[in-house]
Amino acid sequence: MANDSGPLHRALGLTDSELDDIREVLHREPNPLELALFGVMWSEHCSYKSSRIHLRRLPTEGERVLVGPGENAGVIDAGDGIAVAIRIESHNHPSAIEPYQGAATGVGGILRDVFTMGARPLAVMDPLFFGPLSDARSRWLVEGVVAGISGYGNSVGVPTIGGELTFDECYATNPLVNVLCAGALPVDRLVLGRASGVGNLAVLLGSTTGRDGIGGVSVLASAGFAGDDGAASLDDAKRPSVQVGDPYEEKRLIEACLALLDHGYVVGIQDLGGAGLVCATSETAARGGVGMDVDVTAVPQREPNMQPYEIMTSESQERMLAIIEPSSWDAVKALCDKWEVRATVVGRVTEPAVTSSGERVGMLRVRRGFDGEVLAEVPASALADDAPLYDRPRQRPADLDALRADDPTSRVPANISDDVAELLIDPAWVYRQYDSQLFLNTVVGPGRDAALLRLAGPGLPASQRGVALSTDSNPRWCALDPRHGTAWTVAEGVANLACVGATPVAVVNCLNFGNPEHPEVMWQLSESIDGMSDACRALDLPVIGGNVSLYNESGGRDIDPTPTIGLLGLVDRLVAAPPGWTWRDGDTVVVVGATPTASAAGSRWATSRGWRGGVITAFDGPTFAATARFVTSEVARHCAGEPSDVVAVHDVSGGGLAQALLEMAAASEIGISSDLPLTGADLITETPGRFVLATRDIAALRERAERAGVPLHVLGQAGGSRVTVGSALSVDVADVRRRRVSALEDALHAVK
Amino acid sequence: MTRVGVVVFPGSNCEYDAAAAVDAVGAHSEMVWHTATDVSGFDAIILPGGFAHGDYLRPGALARFSPVMEAVRDFADSGGPVLGICNGFQVLTEAGLLPGALQKNRGLTFLCQPSRVRVVTTDSVLTHQSFVGQELSIPINHFSGSYTCDDLTYQSMVEKDQIVLRYVENPNGSRDDIAGVCNENKNVVGLMPHPERSMSELLGSADGKILLSGFVAGTFARH
Repeated sequence: MANDSGPLHRALGLTDSELDDIREVLHREPNPLELALFGVMWSEHCSYKSSRIHLRRLPTEGERVLVGPGENAGVIDAGDGIAVAIRIESHNHPSAIEPYQGAATGVGGILRDVFTMGARPLAVMDPLFFGPLSDARSRWLVEGVVAGISGYGNSVGVPTIGGELTFDECYATNPLVNVLCAGALPVDRLVLGRASGVGNLAVLLGSTTGRDGIGGVSVLASAGFAGDDGAASLDDAKRPSVQVGDPYEEKRLIEACLALLDHGYVVGIQDLGGAGLVCATSETAARGGVGMDVDVTAVPQREPNMQPYEIMTSESQERMLAIIEPSSWDAVKALCDKWEVRATVVGRVTEPAVTSSGERVGMLRVRRGFDGEVLAEVPASALADDAPLYDRPRQRPADLDALRADDPTSRVPANISDDVAELLIDPAWVYRQYDSQLFLNTVVGPGRDAALLRLAGPGLPASQRGVALSTDSNPRWCALDPRHGTAWTVAEGVANLACVGATPVAVVNCLNFGNPEHPEVMWQLSESIDGMSDACRALDLPVIGGNVSLYNESGGRDIDPTPTIGLLGLVDRLVAAPPGWTWRDGDTVVVVGATPTASAAGSRWATSRGWRGGVITAFDGPTFAATARFVTSEVARHCAGEPSDVVAVHDVSGGGLAQALLEMAAASEIGISSDLPLTGADLITETPGRFVLATRDIAALRERAERAGVPLHVLGQAGGSRVTVGSALSVDVADVRRRRVSALEDALHAVK
Repeated sequence: MTRVGVVVFPGSNCEYDAAAAVDAVGAHSEMVWHTATDVSGFDAIILPGGFAHGDYLRPGALARFSPVMEAVRDFADSGGPVLGICNGFQVLTEAGLLPGALQKNRGLTFLCQPSRVRVVTTDSVLTHQSFVGQELSIPINHFSGSYTCDDLTYQSMVEKDQIVLRYVENPNGSRDDIAGVCNENKNVVGLMPHPERSMSELLGSADGKILLSGFVAGTFARH
């Protein structure tokens, strides 16, 4: 523990007042090892110390919720004896420095969070945010991140079924790599990450422990990039904090852990991720109200002469900690041997100590040999739960009013044909690199509104249900109005689920924000959480898990607020694929949902021109919910195999109605002609809550919409080779297809 | 009922899918761990997709040394039907049970996408229930799927009718659009596309049934 530049605690990321708190907990001076344990466990990344007081405002209750926030993953009861576990995380800073390994280990980490709950991981989604592709470094990051997700996810055997791809200047030196994983398990196999039973063994499973990733949570994840050129200047200094992934080890670890759980050999299990062994041992002990002795010399080490603090805080990948009864050891060892997974007893569950005031406190003791020297002795709950909580100063950005006053709507041209063509992009180059079909569940894969899977997998009870997943974000809106922007982002996820007939049941979130020590960032975070809360209450959705990624800044510039919202939905009966984007000649194309005020604020069109101002329309929960419910029921009927006149559906979001029509026409290879007097601004307005449907029986659809009280406007008839809307839009479908398909690859492979 | 052994290496990942597909066409699947030394009790053997031993070296390069591969060789030598899908195909070429080799895709990226293949011969244990020229929609999912072999091998394969499937549109740079091949005896077949992924219209295609129901039928006779 080098300590050349000031006091040790500061080098470990602890403030002076946090050192005082530690002295109070211990009633003495901490030794250097103990300081190191606190340093990682009280880091922003592990403790949520800046965000926790705000996160408490989110609704977390719901009738399907089995496990809410705070465990490794949220879990809902999906029916038919099946539970679904879901979690979302970020791996932003590691990916900025080493894109392939950063992204790969992000996938590995999220999988462990899910199979820790006893669930087999069945789907991964990857929302990605980069700077413009005109920059060579951004192109290098895109190719590395996608290759890392592909290389790890495909090999480990979990399909990657969707995600998002966003380009914006604010991510140029601080890209965001978020990753969501959902898994399923028989309801009765649910396990929690807690230790119990004094005398039980803590068994470390999987990879050896090396010096990779030491201090990742504090050095990397809980500080910004300082240089003007962001990550580039810090490559060398911070690269040793990035871990290296081994998907083959993880694959065997998944199979071995699920087999251990199937046999009932495990009383508690926890993954080793951020903060490594100290996090896994202190969290399992704290949750179980027990103590734990850890023998650092028993931990299999990758390198010679590793120090106890290195062993305790290493973030070496592909490791799990299982709590087992001593009588199960032989069977556990045999099963792990079959899967070629290393299993080593590294700890024992101990009686909690009784303090002078009679309180029972589980102590985490780090020892050299089980009966040897005690190197550190700290209350497990002090590490896991008692980090100080900060209500950091919040301040509305001073320039916000000026920004909102600068509304670009009046600048939208009367004819937007050329403008919208520039916005076309097909992310297929990305998702073709992901195995999206493993387990034979993928009914709707990447590239559509939401992904839709059969709810099935090895070892699950039979079911005809479907599970839908969507990830959404909109930094353009959230920069202008984090509250309504985040609320609309939740709505956008619900709209995406509606397009595949799914009823939303739970939300997870990954809150990517700038430096929390900037009052404007804390204001954005607080507003965003309130917006999420508003939307979730209006739509009756519980938040069952989340992740907060702060310090996304470089050269003093914070990223735009980027809350990524993951939506989990269910389809009761899935025997037929939902309608896609494809209409046929002669179908009637309609828009359902309330017509919003035309606005270019926060639109792709405006931001692509550098116009980032304007006012975001206030979130209107009831109107939105009624429309989404109507579309869900229309599509769900289709999925259930019942007769339906609806042949195509797509929601209106990024790029507005124009983009939705172009995407559908491109997919159909058939145009549409509308003589509605819509303006250019009408066509690029992005406010969620509208859907484009194509029907074979307009009279029947209109009648159902009227019964549901949902507005419906006929746009026109599908047919011909052009998309034409009044005098505002006229483009050739073949041209749209060509531009869409080639946009991403052309940008990536351009030599500039 | 036809008993089909599905060989599982520690890094296989399509074993459940292959087993489900085999069961769906009326056979009975059982998993066979890679350390097994005898598979003679089965009526047919499938080597499924995945990354057998991590495949950091080269797909299938280590798997050929797993004990089960000697057993599979004996099984194949005695005329038993053997099917290698994707990684299974790679393993069979590495083990010398099929000619040629699979290289990295032309574009040097992983490709998971729909593909169409055309049946070249019906004289194989996989295609005997289809017809020559039949087009099937069966997805691909691989990084190293570009089939290659030397000229002599290629001429011999053409003469002996060992090219089983060709891509309609070559996605990966395979020689002569080859998607699947068989041994001289026609009882060992390998293909890069995944027939087990096209067993249901709900998932986009049911064309895989044509191949797999033939494979498990136990009625294949050399022409």
